[in-house]
Amino acid sequence: MATPDLVMYEEEYQQIKDTLQRLQVDSNSKIVFLVDKNGQQIAVHGDMRGVDATSLASLTAGNVAATDGLAKLIGEKEFSILFHEGERDNIHISLVAQRVILVVIFDDRSSLGLVRLRVKKASAELEKTFEVLLRKSEEERGSLSSRFDSPFAEITDEDIDSLFSE
Amino acid sequence: MTFINYAAREINCKIVYYGPGLCGKTTNLQWIYDKTNPQAKGKLISLATETDRTLFFDFLPLDLGTVRGFKTRFHLYTVPGQVFYDASRKLILKGVDGVVFVADSQEARMEANNESLQNLDKNLKEQGYELKTVPFVLQFNKRDLPTALPADEMYRQLNFKGEPTFEAVAMNGTGVFDTLKAVAKLVLTELKKK
Repeated sequence: MATPDLVMYEEEYQQIKDTLQRLQVDSNSKIVFLVDKNGQQIAVHGDMRGVDATSLASLTAGNVAATDGLAKLIGEKEFSILFHEGERDNIHISLVAQRVILVVIFDDRSSLGLVRLRVKKASAELEKTFEVLLRKSEEERGSLSSRFDSPFAEITDEDIDSLFSE
Repeated sequence: MTFINYAAREINCKIVYYGPGLCGKTTNLQWIYDKTNPQAKGKLISLATETDRTLFFDFLPLDLGTVRGFKTRFHLYTVPGQVFYDASRKLILKGVDGVVFVADSQEARMEANNESLQNLDKNLKEQGYELKTVPFVLQFNKRDLPTALPADEMYRQLNFKGEPTFEAVAMNGTGVFDTLKAVAKLVLTELKKK
């Protein structure tokens, strides 16, 4: 596999949610959102009413992937920050630990400067959390007599068929 | 790359519909979208040109219910089929868990089918995957057209590794869910092995 599967555990999930919550308050933003590079939503904090989270996640990842492609074309490693300015709301997108995308949506109650400052701090925290997370899932994968049982190890054909019963 | 969230008890898988231009990838997704319960699906996003040709991707999130206590969610993507969008196609293959190759049954499109299949093989390799090992399903679309080649002839030319193969008419839904079900099954079976 090109990239190892991302596995999320309770403890780190809570840490990530705490970081996002702090970032949302500190940066005075509306929504803080964490997406993995493949477009899977990881965690979110803020007022998501009226926002389609799944679409937001997939489009953000598409956006980052396309920008990444552009960077490579002109010989850059990556563009680590993307900023979209709207009439009312703005979107600040940044890469964390090379594999997840941090999205901050804010309006004129905040400013680009403040968001950038707070994102920097939160990114450092998130990087640490993801380091632990990756190590943990590596270890789980490495140990043969893993105490950790994948819920999918015993998945049956009936389980799969039942998904399509309707 | 499957994303397993133990905290939220969710599993997310990515399935990509691949194939030459105008073979019916978007039509497959459109049919799935039209026929799925509103509570089981998200919005269908199409990044298309003004003439409805896919420009970047179509995206459809589907909730399939629960397996062993885990909410199972599939994210369906299509790629732009036209040859010159290769850079975009590569991006969409990132983190893929399963691939559906939609082939156009018209005799005149066989060369395009073959070219697209080779392109898939090459682009998967670039992302570190092998077509040999990735969950893969083949669909012969547009079976209703009078110019359609016999299915066994198509099978001979396009089937790569004995993968499940379905005849389809995506416009009226024939074979669409069979194809989806087969690839979902392969993806979940793959998870079992890990």
